[in-house]
Amino acid sequence: MVAAAIAYLGFAVFVAGMVWRVVAWARVPVPFAITLTCGQQKSLAGIRAAWLENPWTRAGAACRTALEALVFRSLLRNSRAELLPGPRFVYRGDRSLWAGALLFHGCLLWVLAGHLRFFLEPAPFGKANGFVDAGLLAGLAFLFLRRVLNPRLRYVTLPSDYLPLALLATVAVSGLLMQTDVAAVKRFSLGLVTFHPVAPAGLGALFYIHLCAASALAASIPFTKLAHMAGIFFSPTRNLPNDSRARRHINPWLGPARVHTYAEWEDEFRDKMRAAGLPLERE
Amino acid sequence: MPVEPSQLVQIDYTPPRAPWPGAAPEFRKGTYSHAGAAKNLKYLGLPNPRDWQPASLDWKLPENWREIVLDGMRERLEKYRSFRLFMDICVRCGACADKCHFYLGTGDPRNMPVLRAELLRSVYRRYFTPAGRALGRLAGGRALTVDVLKEWFYYFYQCTECRRCSVYCPYGIDTAEVTMVARELLNLVGCNINWIVEPAANCHRTGNHLGIQPHGFKDTLDFAVEEIEELTGIRVDAPVNRKGAEILFVAPSADFFGTPHYYTLLGYLMVLHEAHVDYTFSAYASEGGNFGMFASHELMQRLNAKIYAEAKRLGVKWVLGGECGHMWRVLHQYMNTLNGPPDFLEQPVSPVTGTVFENARSARAVHICEFTADLVAHGKLRLDPARNDRWTVTFHDSCNTARGMGLLEEPRLLLRAACNRFFEMAENTIRERTLCCGSGAGLGGDENLETRMRGGLPRAAAVRQVKEARGVNLLACICAIDKASLPKLLDYWVGGVEVAGVHELLANALVMNGEKPRATDLRGEAYV
Repeated sequence: MVAAAIAYLGFAVFVAGMVWRVVAWARVPVPFAITLTCGQQKSLAGIRAAWLENPWTRAGAACRTALEALVFRSLLRNSRAELLPGPRFVYRGDRSLWAGALLFHGCLLWVLAGHLRFFLEPAPFGKANGFVDAGLLAGLAFLFLRRVLNPRLRYVTLPSDYLPLALLATVAVSGLLMQTDVAAVKRFSLGLVTFHPVAPAGLGALFYIHLCAASALAASIPFTKLAHMAGIFFSPTRNLPNDSRARRHINPWLGPARVHTYAEWEDEFRDKMRAAGLPLERE
Repeated sequence: MPVEPSQLVQIDYTPPRAPWPGAAPEFRKGTYSHAGAAKNLKYLGLPNPRDWQPASLDWKLPENWREIVLDGMRERLEKYRSFRLFMDICVRCGACADKCHFYLGTGDPRNMPVLRAELLRSVYRRYFTPAGRALGRLAGGRALTVDVLKEWFYYFYQCTECRRCSVYCPYGIDTAEVTMVARELLNLVGCNINWIVEPAANCHRTGNHLGIQPHGFKDTLDFAVEEIEELTGIRVDAPVNRKGAEILFVAPSADFFGTPHYYTLLGYLMVLHEAHVDYTFSAYASEGGNFGMFASHELMQRLNAKIYAEAKRLGVKWVLGGECGHMWRVLHQYMNTLNGPPDFLEQPVSPVTGTVFENARSARAVHICEFTADLVAHGKLRLDPARNDRWTVTFHDSCNTARGMGLLEEPRLLLRAACNRFFEMAENTIRERTLCCGSGAGLGGDENLETRMRGGLPRAAAVRQVKEARGVNLLACICAIDKASLPKLLDYWVGGVEVAGVHELLANALVMNGEKPRATDLRGEAYV
């Protein structure tokens, strides 16, 4: 029953934490339209606007955000700058982070989807194959090694950045080493989802490690940088259309400005203005 | 500049062995800006006016400065989703690291955008997140001390809010948002720089950053009118504060007094005359630029309010804006929200071509490049590009019009029409990836010259490349800060490349109706 308690706890913290996290972001207003434009604006008839890189419509902005979330489009632009004698900079395209990140996230999603076979009857699809498992491990190794081997990245990395990597590695390795008795796991997991928890019978220590690490990982998501999975959808530089001159963006907390008015200004300069022949409101 | 380029270019990108956060920064002459003078703070009603300098040990902070800053942070976490979100979601992937011109020019790891934000984020974690409150340093938290405040000052006045890093960030984290909030916090305890608060105070009082009073403003325009008459034989009109004009024209005030800005002013006057545009300048709203933006959203709003107020008083139909980078960030992304809706204006329509500016239908402000590109596209201006044949031209996108607006093709359309020889710089250094001049966001003071030369190095290197490959000898741009800072930068790193506004080149090529044979270009130099 301990196993079930851990699973419930991890899941509950994840769900409640995520709701708290998302609500915390959502209730903070977006006071200004700060779209980051990466392409031609819509202006004159003869100039083609970049509907995706500089979205004019909400649909365009939604596509932009979706593609960021799904295929990490901004990372495709990545480059490495190098200073050469001259002085001259070369910017070499560098898609390694894009490829590594996509490999990791893609395989993780695939493996997670494979877990549905423990919860649904009949299983919608089978277990992720060995290539996917290898991809997940390779992706994790890449994300870890670049932090260790690249001096610049090592410098910006915080101790807390290794925690999710360690948890992910534990989950992945324990899961892989496990000789899964699908029927046994399924009994346990169906017990969880039907709220009739049963003790996991016939499952070894690896299963407990896998379950604990996965629960800890899930519980940590809302409170660590792993919240980026939800945050990306809130990013105002990406999810707003660039239409601030065509549609007024409302700021809910804005007060009136303390302005130096025209009347005050004319009062100060009236004589000089008169001498220069400038029109006056009050003679 | 005491340091030779060959020396300055020796940049060590190896990060220190000791882990971050390191020691407090050293305020070395040439690398930081002077403190805001008390009189300017007093004039604007900003907190803690006093005499102090960043290099001195005692910053004369208010006794409860920590409480003020943390309260200010709490308030902004509730007001700006961008700030809140960008504090939470960075994964430190490092994609932004070598995208910052200040990092590329200094090799200082705290100039990597990820760490620049981390300066603030560490304090956020310590005081505003459960993990940071409980675990402190282990969770990446850091107590707010005077040294941390000094570090903020050093690095947030070493960010030009150019937003290049945000282009590469997979979450769109925008360092400009972080810097803007950090500067607001610094302003709460009176830690600002004079190159920002003095222009802002001037603008508040006289209507423009340079502090030019109305009669002086009119004199300059009269002088420009005479100069155009000498050059072309044509007397253009440059009305000031004229009620009933169709359009209010607002430019950055540097255009009236700076060099080479001034030639751009001549350009505006000639083009607007030739197109028979019914417009007026205003001496009260004689500044399009907005140094308030570099201090706080509130000060930005106060300075910007004059434009719509004056448009209303003068009874114009819409607003036309000159060549300026951050001015257009404000006019495009902030003005309508801050001081709108301008329902006393009409939707902008070009009086010459009838083009309806759909994209400006609510804010009712049009960029001069949009306006003149439309004229050129409709064949309304007679141009002789051979008049610019002494120039081989490249174009520098200013950060704000590129990444805060997307005004990319309009100026290029104008340059292609006005010049025979136009070549782009390398792909990674233009359009949305354009590199900052290194002097934006209020950092253009001469005391800050070493930092400016370092920050501008990547831009200068790209210019050097296109100079060597294509013989470029002129860099065109549409930003007043660019025009002020790039001549010095290019002299320092490149040599033999001058700087001009797009409308200077357009007016050089402009064949005016009834003009006398022109002997020289706007700079008084012989054609070819």
